Amino acid sequence: MHLEEFARGPSLLHRLDPRVKIPAALALSMVTAVADRWVVLAAALILSVGLTLGARLPFSRVAARLLAVNLFLAAIWLFLPFSTPGRPLAALGPFTATWEGAGLALAVTLKSNAIVLGVLALLATSPVFSLVHGLRHLRVPDKLVHLFFFTFRYFQVIHEEYLRLRLAMRVRCFVPKTDRRTYRALAWLVGMLLVRSYDRSIRVHQAMRCRGYDGRLWILHHFELENRDLWFLAASGCMILVLAGLEWTNLIL
Amino acid sequence: MDESYPLIRITDLGFSYPDGRRVLDGLSLVFEPGLKAGLTGANGTGKTTLFHLIMGLLRPTSGRLEIFGRPRTREEDFREVRAGIGFVFQDADDQLFCPTVADDVAFGPLNLGLGRDEAHARVHEALDLLGLGAYEHRITYQLSGGEKKLVSLATVLSMKPRLLLLDEPTAGLDEPASERLVQVLNDLGLPLFIISHDRDFLKKTVTHLFRLEAGRIR
Repeated sequence: MHLEEFARGPSLLHRLDPRVKIPAALALSMVTAVADRWVVLAAALILSVGLTLGARLPFSRVAARLLAVNLFLAAIWLFLPFSTPGRPLAALGPFTATWEGAGLALAVTLKSNAIVLGVLALLATSPVFSLVHGLRHLRVPDKLVHLFFFTFRYFQVIHEEYLRLRLAMRVRCFVPKTDRRTYRALAWLVGMLLVRSYDRSIRVHQAMRCRGYDGRLWILHHFELENRDLWFLAASGCMILVLAGLEWTNLIL
Repeated sequence: MDESYPLIRITDLGFSYPDGRRVLDGLSLVFEPGLKAGLTGANGTGKTTLFHLIMGLLRPTSGRLEIFGRPRTREEDFREVRAGIGFVFQDADDQLFCPTVADDVAFGPLNLGLGRDEAHARVHEALDLLGLGAYEHRITYQLSGGEKKLVSLATVLSMKPRLLLLDEPTAGLDEPASERLVQVLNDLGLPLFIISHDRDFLKKTVTHLFRLEAGRIR
């Protein structure tokens, strides 16, 4: 498993300072999340697709991530059109889909895809530790930054532990089936992972204290803002303002 | 530096876990300056517990703990201890938590209040000492087991310790990695206190053996 598969690359977005990319991603996500007008949603999606193309991310890997998101959204399409009151669109046996419900589902789909693509292009193009440093420079509370960072760092270790346990089950001829014994074995596996993760967190904290840790993380590397970062900040600020302007005025239908 | 006093003097130390399990009982030990010693004993006799007590990660139930010539009881006392004793954990994944080797090796020095330039200098010094000069920008979780062990050692050497505590340093290492560790430890010339079941490794690194049995040193 490689969580930082997009972090290194040749594009301008890869070289930008995380301190400008983080606020840009946050603003883009927020505007897109609260927007109601179709023109804003469409513009946000176009912008995100443009950023993704600009970041020159490998198409198949991006598609795989979008597939995961849209599988979730499929569930929304299954229920939302039928559960929202409004003008009837189509009937399926005793259930009636409505225009309002379909519109809502479409809006959620556009928003989700736009935000995921935007975040992929803006944040996944930095190594996690640069993001962590960026967050600290942006004065995000230490506790949140630590949570984010340790989740990332130990995800890998816990995943490896999970694979080891699965392997240990397999070499003893465990074949998952749809029966109570399988569920119980899998529940034990999850429980064991939780216990082990807890134990490990204690050992990591002890190891940190042995090296003089007292709750504050110091930064070894510092960033330099360059011209291209300032240009990007200005350009993304303008784009966000345009989106917000479209949402809160009645320009263009 | 005046090192006429023992680095560690433990008198009649007792320790029980909260569940009532008594691990150490009336343990006494004197660790003289310059000593290189191994700590052996069956599984579960409290070897790691003893190291945790020395580092102040656990507090004794009874007895007296003197390190660098001073009694140590409170958390503040142990800050000085941790700055002077480098403790290398058994599992390098517990020790290495930063993304790059440089960040991890700089973690201790930065905690000690060193400036960035000094910390950088310490990183290079520690890595060069272990022949890891090219590892500075490597990603820690992508290193091999032997590399992780050496980098763990570098993360405590950068704090310039007066004594090294190593918990099962050869666990999981192959022959060449283990040999390299022997070489490195002998070149450092620092006092050593090593938990190990590896007789061969101990023979090559230490001159004295403490044996932990039934809660005390035999």
